[in-house]
Amino acid sequence: MQTNDFLLEIGLEEVPARFIHDAQKQLVSKIEQLFQDKDLSFGPVHSFSTPRRFAVLVENVAAKQLDIEEEVKGPSKKVALDEEGNWTKAAIGFTKGQGKTTEDIYFKEVKGIEYVFVKKHKKGEETVRILQNLDEVITSLTFAKNMKWGNFDLRYIRPIRWLVALYGNKVIDLEITNIKSGRTTYGHRFLGGKILLKDPREYEDQLLSQHVIVDQQKRKEAIVTQLQQLEEQHDWVIPIDEDLLEEVTNLVEYPTVLHGSFDEEFLQLPNPVLITTMKEHQRYFPVQNTEGKLLPYFVTVRNGDHRHLDTVRRGNEKVLRARLKDAVFFYQEDQKLSISNCLEKLKHVVYHDDIGTYSEKLSRVRKLSEYISSEMKQSEETKQNILRTAEICKFDLVTQMVGEFPELQGIMGEVYAQIHGENKDVAKAIREHYLPKHADDELPESEIGIVVSIADKIDTIVSLFAVGLIPTGSQDPYGLRRQAAGVVRILAEHNWQLSFEGLLNESIALTGPFQKQSKEEIFSDLQEFFRLRFKHLLDEKGIRYDITDAVLSSPVMTVRSLIERAELLQEMKDEPTFKTDMEALSRVIHIAEKCEVEVSIQPELFENETEHNLYEQYVKLMDHLNRTDSKGYYRLLIGLKDSINDFFDRTMVMVENEQIRNNRLSLLKQLSNVILSFAHFQHISVK
Amino acid sequence: MNIQEMILTLQKHWSNQGCLLLQAYDVEKGAGTMSPYTFLRSIGPEPWKVAYVEPSRRPADGRYGENPNRLYQHHQFQVIMKPSPDNIQEIYLDSLRALGIDPLEHDIRFVEDNWENPSLGCAGLGWEVWLDGMEITQFTYFQQVGGLECKPVSVEITYGIERLASYIQDKENVFDLEWTDGVTYRDIFGQTEYEHSKYSFETSDTNMLFQLFNVFEREAQRQLDAGLVHPAYDYVLKCSHIFNLLDAKGAISVTERTGFISRVRNLARSVAKTYYRERESLGFPMLLNGKEKEHANE
Repeated sequence: MQTNDFLLEIGLEEVPARFIHDAQKQLVSKIEQLFQDKDLSFGPVHSFSTPRRFAVLVENVAAKQLDIEEEVKGPSKKVALDEEGNWTKAAIGFTKGQGKTTEDIYFKEVKGIEYVFVKKHKKGEETVRILQNLDEVITSLTFAKNMKWGNFDLRYIRPIRWLVALYGNKVIDLEITNIKSGRTTYGHRFLGGKILLKDPREYEDQLLSQHVIVDQQKRKEAIVTQLQQLEEQHDWVIPIDEDLLEEVTNLVEYPTVLHGSFDEEFLQLPNPVLITTMKEHQRYFPVQNTEGKLLPYFVTVRNGDHRHLDTVRRGNEKVLRARLKDAVFFYQEDQKLSISNCLEKLKHVVYHDDIGTYSEKLSRVRKLSEYISSEMKQSEETKQNILRTAEICKFDLVTQMVGEFPELQGIMGEVYAQIHGENKDVAKAIREHYLPKHADDELPESEIGIVVSIADKIDTIVSLFAVGLIPTGSQDPYGLRRQAAGVVRILAEHNWQLSFEGLLNESIALTGPFQKQSKEEIFSDLQEFFRLRFKHLLDEKGIRYDITDAVLSSPVMTVRSLIERAELLQEMKDEPTFKTDMEALSRVIHIAEKCEVEVSIQPELFENETEHNLYEQYVKLMDHLNRTDSKGYYRLLIGLKDSINDFFDRTMVMVENEQIRNNRLSLLKQLSNVILSFAHFQHISVK
Repeated sequence: MNIQEMILTLQKHWSNQGCLLLQAYDVEKGAGTMSPYTFLRSIGPEPWKVAYVEPSRRPADGRYGENPNRLYQHHQFQVIMKPSPDNIQEIYLDSLRALGIDPLEHDIRFVEDNWENPSLGCAGLGWEVWLDGMEITQFTYFQQVGGLECKPVSVEITYGIERLASYIQDKENVFDLEWTDGVTYRDIFGQTEYEHSKYSFETSDTNMLFQLFNVFEREAQRQLDAGLVHPAYDYVLKCSHIFNLLDAKGAISVTERTGFISRVRNLARSVAKTYYRERESLGFPMLLNGKEKEHANE
């Protein structure tokens, strides 16, 4: 079969680096999807991207679809023939509609009824024709941020400036906004020129000749290789931050690595300040010696070649010098403020209009930290450190350095706290209380950091829920899901025996002054919200969905107990007695739902020994429950199986006598409550 | 190249592109965007091309003339082209060439920077342009102005004159820049910087400023009610400047801040709407032909 190569290139004004990867992935998968949907065979697919272009090259795309024989179903035989056996209008109409005559009709049975069919030869469509709809693929890419330009209505990541669409050596005609497709592409903005592409295969080489390394991976490798050369030449270590490397790769079409220096006196600045200035603000790679100490050098990647590198170096040095001078100024000014000065200022910094100031937040975090510390029975020394950390953990927010570099919050807190003579543990915990900052981030290590981190995050979530700012759909402007996931991770990985419901209630009580809903409503919103975080946690642990559902319908108690209960059920589900165990417990749960009037149980109203027996078992269970772990709890529950089954075999629950009925139902209700505290067993499917 | 030559060069360049060369607007403002030549003219369907130098006052950035990079008042060279031309990036790069900045000898990048001015209800997408690591220009496609969707879209190019000059003249300190040969930035603005910093941070009469804000706000509203967009807008600009003075003095708490910003924004939005209506009732006189008029009425 005849095939040709296919090339699509979308030329754009500089696309923001952070969107390039995703957009390119979308484009490639949409092109593949198009060929698959249209039954066009194709060979290897190559993906290219730079800040100024997204491109896809597909080798050996079939020149047309295969011809196919198609069976088309018409009316039933009954409808197609009249009583005399002549073709009806319906039959004639059907054949006409298919471009056939009644001569072509044959019958075939479908589900016991005979229908009229015709065979149709469907000629495969030519690829060049199919590709005429390519503009729909291009405009269907979605971006987190779109814009309009000129007089056009199209919303896109950045203005489209040219289009190349080739099938073999033929141009596929497209038009988007006022841009018509062709075979002309453009090289590097300054070093390259116009290129006329004869066919798709020469794309990569032609662009390289015009100073564009169009393969993102090759561009990245070129940067890494040049970084390594610098390391060898100067005996440096240049740690590669993957995110920065990715970003820089997407900021240039033709990378040339160069280095510059700054005055050694700036090394007096704390490392995080130097690194943030270089990385975040200038996209430079910091340089270390082999012992890991920062050196007064930086490395940047220029979008261009080796000429005039001195000019570029001098310019970059000048910018960095100005920025570091500012940082030194902030650093010196900030040190003039004591921690208590800062705390004083926080009294006037609003955390949220409906919630109050940072100062007020800190006082809630302090109380919540105190509660956690007491619950965890921590030593007096730890507790004092926790309270101090909670009191001051946001003081650095009013420093000039954090004003300028918000990402240094907590980090500057640790530095300044040490300068002002706070003890090392408190200083470290100030930094740690922000952890984890994102899904893969490290967790706080110290007990102090853990307590304050949990307290701060829970307070943030609960406060915002209390004023009705609950995340919905994709809307989570305060990052509450991330914070909740952080709390869940900390509690799960550190295995802390801290009552989750207790923690929420304690926190809700502290938000009294600004609550916009009742405490019960806030609690139930929070439960619902956290349920999803826990579900995610259990999913990751490979727990079967119905077991997850069963344990999550019960109180969490401690996160550790939640996980234990889920893992235990996951393990037990393959035991031979699992089915009968679940059935016995579910029976109690179901009947107990009929209990309308709960009374205190009167054993003298029992009529047979199975009732007495079940009651005794229940009393014994309650007695043991406080002294056991999840496994023991489970054993006690399934240990009731025989008593439960005997009870139901011998006892009629729904009797006429109201007193006896309510007494029985109440026994079952109380037992059911104990069972449901472990898991809603009735949700577990047993085969 | 001294600053005066730089400005002349940019004026010539943009004049050649068909831009009107207008003068700075005579009401205090924090940025060239706030000039009616940008804010009002980027509203509605009428085409517009303009370039002007705008002295921009930012009281909180004042440093008594002691900081080499921060100023109470700096200068912006502002360009608006509406609708944004297809080759606008090339035109811009040509302006750098005209200033003697050969892209082949430097590292020029367009780095994502989305611009927002909440107190004017403006938002746009674009870049900051980096010259060897230094931001020299804001390059923005307006998407919203005064809370109104832009159609067509204007492109705004804002050169930071002092920044660019410190690069071109290779000076570390802004006060050493030469405005013309032999006359430095310090000669012209040194005392001004000191006095305005002292005024903004120390001697301004806070009570008077609060009163002025209220008075100007009322007057803006009154003129809006009378359908007089330009006088109303002048008072909105005054409100904005007074707010900046109060903010620099630390007289506005964080809670109140949001309130003040939204008061200015509400006025700016009303001005934008009223301006659109007024232009519409005049039949959008600057539309070139009937076809564009039809388009606008859709």
